[in-house]
Amino acid sequence: MNVTVPPAKLTAKDFASDQEVRWCPGCGDYAILKAMHKSLADMGASPENTVFVSGIGCSSRFPYYMATYGFHTIHGRAPAVATGLKLARPELDVWVVTGDGDALSIGGNHLFHALRRNVDLNILLFNNEIYGLTKGQYSPTSRVGQRSPSTPMGSVDSPAEACTYALGCGARFIARGIDVQAKELDVLFKRAREHKGASFVEIIQNCIVYNDATFAAFTEKDVAADMQLHVKHGQPMLYGKERNKGLRLNPQTLSLDAVVIGQNGVTEKDILVHDEKNRVLAGMLAALRPPSFPEVLGVIYCNPAAESYEAAVAAQEKQAKAKGPGDLDKLMRGGNIWTVS
Amino acid sequence: MNIQTDAGPRGPSATASKSDLDSIVVRFAGDSGDGVQLLGSQFSQETALAGNSLATFPDYPAEIRAPTGTTYGVSAFQINFGSRPIKTAGDQPDVLVALNPAALIVNYKNLRKGGLVILDSGAFKEKDMKRAGFAVDPRLDGTLKEFRLLEIDISAQALEVAKPFGVSQKEALRTKNIWTLGLVSWMYDRELVSTTEYITRKFGGDDPVGMANIAALKAGHAYGETHELSGDVAPVSMPSVKSEPGTYRLVSGAESLAWGLAAGAQLASLEMVLASYPITPSSPILHILARLKQFGITTFQAEDEIAACCAAIGASYGGKLGVTASSGPGIALKIEAIGLAISTELPLVIVDTQRGGPSTGLPTKTEQSDLFIAVWGRNGDAPIPVIASRSPGDCFEVAIEAVRLATKYMTPVMLLSDGYIANAAEPWLIPSMADFKPFPVTFRTDPEGFHPFLRDPHTLARVWAKPGTPGLMHRIGGIEKDYNSGNISYDPSNHQKMTDTRTAKISNIANDIPEQDVALGETKGKLAVVGWGSTFGPINRAVANMREKGLDVSHIHIRHIWPLPRNLGQLLKSYEKVLVAEMNNGQMLTLLKSQYLVDAKGLLKVSGQPLKIEEVSSAIRSQLGAA
Repeated sequence: MNVTVPPAKLTAKDFASDQEVRWCPGCGDYAILKAMHKSLADMGASPENTVFVSGIGCSSRFPYYMATYGFHTIHGRAPAVATGLKLARPELDVWVVTGDGDALSIGGNHLFHALRRNVDLNILLFNNEIYGLTKGQYSPTSRVGQRSPSTPMGSVDSPAEACTYALGCGARFIARGIDVQAKELDVLFKRAREHKGASFVEIIQNCIVYNDATFAAFTEKDVAADMQLHVKHGQPMLYGKERNKGLRLNPQTLSLDAVVIGQNGVTEKDILVHDEKNRVLAGMLAALRPPSFPEVLGVIYCNPAAESYEAAVAAQEKQAKAKGPGDLDKLMRGGNIWTVS
Repeated sequence: MNIQTDAGPRGPSATASKSDLDSIVVRFAGDSGDGVQLLGSQFSQETALAGNSLATFPDYPAEIRAPTGTTYGVSAFQINFGSRPIKTAGDQPDVLVALNPAALIVNYKNLRKGGLVILDSGAFKEKDMKRAGFAVDPRLDGTLKEFRLLEIDISAQALEVAKPFGVSQKEALRTKNIWTLGLVSWMYDRELVSTTEYITRKFGGDDPVGMANIAALKAGHAYGETHELSGDVAPVSMPSVKSEPGTYRLVSGAESLAWGLAAGAQLASLEMVLASYPITPSSPILHILARLKQFGITTFQAEDEIAACCAAIGASYGGKLGVTASSGPGIALKIEAIGLAISTELPLVIVDTQRGGPSTGLPTKTEQSDLFIAVWGRNGDAPIPVIASRSPGDCFEVAIEAVRLATKYMTPVMLLSDGYIANAAEPWLIPSMADFKPFPVTFRTDPEGFHPFLRDPHTLARVWAKPGTPGLMHRIGGIEKDYNSGNISYDPSNHQKMTDTRTAKISNIANDIPEQDVALGETKGKLAVVGWGSTFGPINRAVANMREKGLDVSHIHIRHIWPLPRNLGQLLKSYEKVLVAEMNNGQMLTLLKSQYLVDAKGLLKVSGQPLKIEEVSSAIRSQLGAA
């Protein structure tokens, strides 16, 4: 066997661009960026075949800090630009970075259709439940009562749930992580990238300036173990400091109960086992909210389709080309023609 | 006889026999479910194959099937054909075929005096006439006294012919358009071969509906023969027109535009992604290109107009030719994305098939009122090239030019067509791809000294580096970038420099397009009539007619609207008067005044209908103080 010198393995640093990062000190975006640099290096991604496409907002500055190809587009439209790019260049590894305002307000329609069509994009939605770049207005994920410059008496809008929305749109990969949990994010990034078709990852992200600690009820160290459920396919959905809490299906109400093993006759056998291919279960998990329930994290749903959108489009084109390449002279002379001599 | 206009006075006083006529205008009209568009386009096909010059005008309502017998449900198709070059669909029909009373009431007033009305008397029941708005039978009360009338119970004839094939009453009645086509084909000595082939292709050889239609076609033709229709209705043989040698076909604006885009991509050595959202009257471009996958063309029906434009930009970013096509309301939605393509300096072709506006306006009617939005309608200082096609066949070359400019200058280009051009058909000398000079695109691959906004010193176009190229990883976006590195920059003097550079890049295109020519007449004189887009036909014919009468008038037709041809200002100043004729409220007029300070006047029309020759002629006479 010939000995070939493997190309030098890239490190996280090789994925960082030379641009100075300009998020507010302490912003959750730093952690996500760092996790991405490392993940891409670990995955052996090639910078020239990786593209980050974003919309407008704090999160959408992400591409500038990646040493890959990057396109900072316009508000809400990143999924549409990325769809065109993926149609033109299916071989590229295309990531979309967006926020709660960008993806669920002005760009809700494009997110819906990118997910429905199942374009092979990795869509990362940084959810901080606030408009940061425009100085703190409430966002479509802000909770009722959120006080902001545009809602001085508190928001009266019913908030959108990102993962529930994605599921309703027909997404076939849905996951949720937290900005500072780099190890967990690493898994989600890898799974999203492997998944053929649209992958949707909601990343809970703290805005230190306009909405600090809004997720504290499940992100603070002292409550994290009791308020976070990290689901894994094929494993019982247990959580808590003593791993004695879990989710049980209530067949009477077709809903999930948060139960404690050993209390009210609950045994380990009662705890539901996570099945990431189960869409009904995914719907229930995505909708669980603290404080009554833990925040569900990890791969909530993964059920790949036989083919992603751009692959199906390419297959039709291949079929059309099988009859021979197009000849414009011949095309224009088809049908009823006449000759003047 | 008088041949001063396409629809010259050939009233009862015109003594020349019909066989001397060198052009005839026929208007078919009926209910929107009567198949009038099919009747018209098949007759056009037969007429083209007979070697006549022709122009068509499909004029249909926005409703797909308005309630039967209503005036707003009337669909019409006008054709002007002749043995001399035809430039418009005709000011006034010589013949009106009305398949119901509503079609008659909407159209008879525009028929020339002494013209022929062919009626389906089977559709003239009392309630039909009332519904159309005739208080009394128009055939009896003198309404039609200035016209000649031929009444045939076409409904009954069609039913009778179709019945033996075992088709339903409804299907049998629906053959009346084809029966009528048979009759009109007899009147003008047309071959039935292309229509017979069309029907066979559509229904298959042994389908009862197809057989019933072929029988109806023959029966309509035979009716003319056996009923010895004579006098004014006697068959007319229109000699073929003298045309440049070559192979011809009938082409609509949508077809030649779609093919021109495909040709442009080929000449640029690029594959194309067309991203569009359905909208009237632009959709046929999407339909046509969706069938051309073997040409390396991907079509994408996006979720909305914005997504369509953005997906096209994404495709261009990926190194293909991004194209999006729409009409007024859709163009309005794309504006922000067009700004992104301007800022990131990516090639993009935007096709605007203009229709009546504002807002939803007149979706199926024509207008030229998107000139302002094309030239100026963006936030920021955001110039792009704008070009317009003047006829269905012209769309081919204009589309190639749009691709050339977009790829050579790394810029969005707006191509203006309109509803009239898109739907109308004309005989077209089919071009040969070998006659076009390729303009292959070069992608940047060399990392040495690379940054994404490195410019060609002559064209000022930035380099095109596509993702997947090793060593050229870079970030672009809508934020202002540094002239020397392409990185984000908020520096005041840099923004001035970038704005100036983007402006200069587009202005310089004036040196890469032909000087403005004079379509007809002299390069100086008393009056120039200036037009752009689909008004070419009526302006050109009117100027020709007025010149025959000895008036000093010339016709200038502008293809490159932005930047304007470099000699246009001088040229306009060499005439004593300038008249801008356009189908809007003075948009080109304002543009020319602002650019050249010329004291131009406007002939402005916004009725949703094409300009008429007589309207232009009359404006010329008035400008020159001629009777």
